[in-house]
Amino acid sequence: MQDIILSVRNLSLDFRLRTHILHAVRDVSFDLRRGKTLCLVGESGSGKSVTARALMRIIDKPGRLVSGQILLDGPGGVVDIAGLPERGREILALRGGRIGLVFQEPMSSLSPVHTIGSQIVEAIRQHRKLSKKDARLRAADLLRQVEIPDPERMLDRYTFEFSGGMRQRAMIAMALACDPDILIADEPTTALDVTTQAEILDLIRRLQQERGMAMLLITHDMGVVAEIADEVAVMRYGRIVESGPVDSIFHASSHPYTRQLLDATVRLESGAAARSPAATSVFEAKAVEPVISVRGLSKTYGSIGKIFGFGGGSSGGLKAVDNVDFDLYPGENLGIVGESGSGKTTIGRLLLRITEPTSGSIAYRAPEGRSVDVTGLNKTELRAYHRDVRLIFQDPFASLNPRMTVRQIIADPLLVSGQMSDRQAGERVAELLRLVGLDPLAMERYPHAFSGGQRQRIGIARALALEPRVIIADEATSALDVSIRSQILDLLLSIQQRLGLSFIFISHDISVVRYFCDRVAVMHKGRIVETGDAETICTNPSEPYTRRLISSVPNPDPRNKRMLHRMRLQET
Amino acid sequence: MLAGNRPLVSSLASAETGPAVSPLKPGASIASDAAAGQWTLIRHRFFRNKVAAFAGCIILLLYLIGAFAEFLAPGLPNASRPQYTFAPPQRISFFAPGADGGREFLPHVKGYRIEIEPQALRRTFVIDENKVIPIGFFVDGPAYRLWGLIPMTTHLMGPLDSREPMYLLGSDRLGRDLLSRLIYGTRISMSIGLAGVAISLTLGIVFGAISGFYGGWVDTVIQRVIEIVSAMPTIPLWLGLAAAIPLTWSPLSVYFVVTLIVSLLGWTGLAREVRGRFFALRGEDFVTAARLDGSRERRIIFRHILPSLTSHILAVVTLAVPTMIVAETSLSFLGVGLKPPVVSWGVLLQDAQNVRSVATAPWLLIWPSLAVVTAVLSFNFFGDGLRDAADPYDS
Amino acid sequence: MLAYIIRRVLYMIPTLFGMSLIAFMIIQLPPGDYLTSLLSTMADGGQNLDEATIARLRSQYGLDQPVYVQYLVWITGILTRGDFGYSFEWNQPVSTLIWDRMGSTLMISLASLLLVWAISLPIGIYSAVRRHSFGDHAFTFLGFIGLAIPNFILALTLMYVGYRYFGQSVGGIFSPQYVDAPWSMAKFLDMLSHMWIPLIVIAMSGTAAMIRVLRANLSDELSRPYVVTARAKGLPEHKVILKYPVRIALNPFVSSIGWVLPDLVSGVTITAIVLNLPTAGPLLLRALVGQDMYLAGSFILLMGVLTLVGMLISDILLAVLDPRIRFN
Repeated sequence: MQDIILSVRNLSLDFRLRTHILHAVRDVSFDLRRGKTLCLVGESGSGKSVTARALMRIIDKPGRLVSGQILLDGPGGVVDIAGLPERGREILALRGGRIGLVFQEPMSSLSPVHTIGSQIVEAIRQHRKLSKKDARLRAADLLRQVEIPDPERMLDRYTFEFSGGMRQRAMIAMALACDPDILIADEPTTALDVTTQAEILDLIRRLQQERGMAMLLITHDMGVVAEIADEVAVMRYGRIVESGPVDSIFHASSHPYTRQLLDATVRLESGAAARSPAATSVFEAKAVEPVISVRGLSKTYGSIGKIFGFGGGSSGGLKAVDNVDFDLYPGENLGIVGESGSGKTTIGRLLLRITEPTSGSIAYRAPEGRSVDVTGLNKTELRAYHRDVRLIFQDPFASLNPRMTVRQIIADPLLVSGQMSDRQAGERVAELLRLVGLDPLAMERYPHAFSGGQRQRIGIARALALEPRVIIADEATSALDVSIRSQILDLLLSIQQRLGLSFIFISHDISVVRYFCDRVAVMHKGRIVETGDAETICTNPSEPYTRRLISSVPNPDPRNKRMLHRMRLQET
Repeated sequence: MLAGNRPLVSSLASAETGPAVSPLKPGASIASDAAAGQWTLIRHRFFRNKVAAFAGCIILLLYLIGAFAEFLAPGLPNASRPQYTFAPPQRISFFAPGADGGREFLPHVKGYRIEIEPQALRRTFVIDENKVIPIGFFVDGPAYRLWGLIPMTTHLMGPLDSREPMYLLGSDRLGRDLLSRLIYGTRISMSIGLAGVAISLTLGIVFGAISGFYGGWVDTVIQRVIEIVSAMPTIPLWLGLAAAIPLTWSPLSVYFVVTLIVSLLGWTGLAREVRGRFFALRGEDFVTAARLDGSRERRIIFRHILPSLTSHILAVVTLAVPTMIVAETSLSFLGVGLKPPVVSWGVLLQDAQNVRSVATAPWLLIWPSLAVVTAVLSFNFFGDGLRDAADPYDS
Repeated sequence: MLAYIIRRVLYMIPTLFGMSLIAFMIIQLPPGDYLTSLLSTMADGGQNLDEATIARLRSQYGLDQPVYVQYLVWITGILTRGDFGYSFEWNQPVSTLIWDRMGSTLMISLASLLLVWAISLPIGIYSAVRRHSFGDHAFTFLGFIGLAIPNFILALTLMYVGYRYFGQSVGGIFSPQYVDAPWSMAKFLDMLSHMWIPLIVIAMSGTAAMIRVLRANLSDELSRPYVVTARAKGLPEHKVILKYPVRIALNPFVSSIGWVLPDLVSGVTITAIVLNLPTAGPLLLRALVGQDMYLAGSFILLMGVLTLVGMLISDILLAVLDPRIRFN
């Protein structure tokens, strides 16, 4: 076919590790067409990133191209990239010249000690015979194309002066510097907020169509796939298990794994069926007293003039949380959503007094009906409060002490509170492990023997050990793959119903909140801009910020692309 | 082809439960450390590093030599024999011409005879190939008290007739046996490293932990002090302190003070290390989790933070020992550290202070230097291996 | 940037004050003072001084004052007049004795620093890029040995080798016939032939340490995403490595001035004593042993200042090199 620019045939890659060989990519074949986008989708460790890098022959150290062809169509006929010498001139001319690469970490993928301009100019001059001045003009033009304001001045800025979204734009400008035929985008928006993600995807899509480039987009997010792909290839354990046009993948997939992936994603698009039909109206009618009632909670960083030294140069202080009010009712799941820097994580820490609030009150209604102000508790009282209100952490790796066994970790709160003997604690740990769906025999193991999802279950067991009343879950599922994410959410829901807990669920992921929560508070710049019933917030929000946020969330249905018709809102 | 294994193609891709791997060696299973605690993992990692393990053996050997110095040394360290000054090293031979003219098995060393250098009119000792001095194991020699307690006369090896000269590594200006002195020196030099480390470890952990755990102004003050102390060039600092030791003090107190001086070097580095680790760990999620679990500060420090630190501290300490050994050696060499009659490697090297004495008796430089370098090198390799193994969870 | 430098200089003041205190404390530590040690030396020679003379001398040298007064007098002299006090033993102002020696100390330190850089930069890069290759292992092993051999042992060994196999007159910076000769090519060559031993000795451990630091840093940097970016641009491998990760891994190299300099100054001290070089070392040792307190104290203080200035320079260079530091 004429429009195929690159075709990969039976590509296999191995990683030679210390004890074994990992066959990271096995027999992978696909085609890239001019002006079209192929999405390579898969969960972590499926081999999708390595495949992309193999196209440019920049696989990291122990990795090796074992077999297969990478056929690139060009003016001088077809070349097999897999057959070129890795350091030869031909391959150097291809990298950046005919294939551009954008990848995930916008924080570290650009050199911190060179200006943006010099890095783009270098890319241009590597492939084009241009004077420095002309190259600079072209670089400025590129920045303009990626919608960076005031490009002339931005050329002389360093990367750390740019926000994440801006860096990703600069990275795109660099990848496009020499008008490549193919753009490889490796999780280009994973580290970004949804609104920024929508803008960047929009930009990539537009540039691709203007230039008639072929694009290989790598992602784990089925929503992004639905919004942007023409064709899809699903990868698992190093193989492509299914591929085809986007519509048939989403609406007529044949492979069970694809189905599973889609189910997990689509399920999160609505409220959980398992969730008790919590009558929101009951809460709002104040028929029940709230468990936690927050009034005027604020946290300001750096307001007190720093004494001479320690870098400080901020003026006025940063209001991380600004005069926040909300209530949590018994048996309720309250979601707090917001983008990075909105102050949602700080709220969680303030509620537990890991961070001390600057002002405001947190009223906690103890089981016996007495109400205490958490901000005024002394150390002993605070310990009692911490038994009732527990935290589940975001990072399942950092939150478990690697030097303790699972039993020690889960039993620690039991032993510290002096409630149980060592043997009783052991029995309780076994019971808890069963509750979170792990084998009690695993309790003598160390955390490193468990996968991310399993570790998160251990973290949940620890939180449940003291029979709490409220659990604060801070991005508890965001480090997990999508299929595991829904499992963990279902687990939390079933536990909640059995034990009658209340949840404060902090997340940046709107679909997760929608699935899990009864009510949602939307945060922006330290304030709660809107609170309401989860379904209403997610389908028919009233505040402009919430509308923009919701409309930026990719919809996992190629027949109903939401993002491209999203609301744009000028930042004030 | 290094790894020609074609991917294992399974007929039903959906039945796969994990990424495809094939072991490098047939039959080798992928190790599972599921139930292994940190020390087991550290041990596994450490012993993978053969050089470090070997260095560990050498260190152990050196300490054993130090512990049993009296027994292992063929003679006493300070027994001088002016009739054998600067006697060159002898070689051990196993066969000697027997009475019947043949060769019989007789471990022995050769004796000395005197030669006069014609120009300098100086007496020098040369090996006399005709004098046979039989030697053996577990022989009776000069009387000593093992560890200063048990009176004994047996030595591991020596001449059968203890009046005969045996200088396997040569003798010094006063005709003292270098081998014996080196063995006795091992005890002092190796122990001063340990004692010094013990002191600086105490200082370092106390200050580092206070500084790292409490932070705030306490931290600022301690950090300033550390900064000032470590900005001082070390050697002038020691020289100054060591020169302050009065000449009249007993060898024991001099030993103690030199240890103190030497440990002054180490504590700032250790304190910084401990503080840095505390700082890093204090912010870790699992420490926050412990706090929310209701642990008090003491429990957090001792049960949650310290276990993560110990392996690192152990590595840092091991790497600090050689610095101390070198410090002692340098000070003693310059004549401001330990002084005779105490025997340490540095004191031995004092005899090799200028080119002329080295030219006369190169062994006085070679053997003590070799001892120092071996010890330092072993500690460095050992500590390096420990450090690499100290965090078994990083990958 | 200027504010940064000013802040750094201001920070130096309390540190300097602390250092001068330590320096003075050290030289006050030995029991007795210069006069007691002088008297005991004289008594050994059979001489005795009467009480009146001793008392006169004591007040002339200011030794009868309380310690803090002595310190104040000393430090005011330095700050107001650049007067470092008087050397009892040499009967000369300390400042006339000291500058020459400090000059040669600084010169040798700097020369070794250059040598350290010249050797460790290429080896460090090679070791990091070709990690676990034969060459890397060889350099690592050599580096360990370099770190393990104490300076003075290396100096003695090289001296012995020079004496034995090259028949060199070792020690000092010049052969006797050139000491007072005017500068000429021959004198310069003679200096070089003397300098190789001290330079190698002093640079040895610094080089080994630097290679390790550079190797570790560069290895970290090589796995950063921006290296992949550079590769994806189509830059040839040597450019990818030299322009990006090496550039960033150079920061510790620059900041090394800060910690290599005290090491070198220390190294110079002990090597100079062994090799009899006209630097501060031998004079310092003699002053310390003889309780020539102002001379010793001034040496220790000045070496401390040298270190601080080195750290300052390295921090400033670092800020120039790394925009992240400059902008914070």
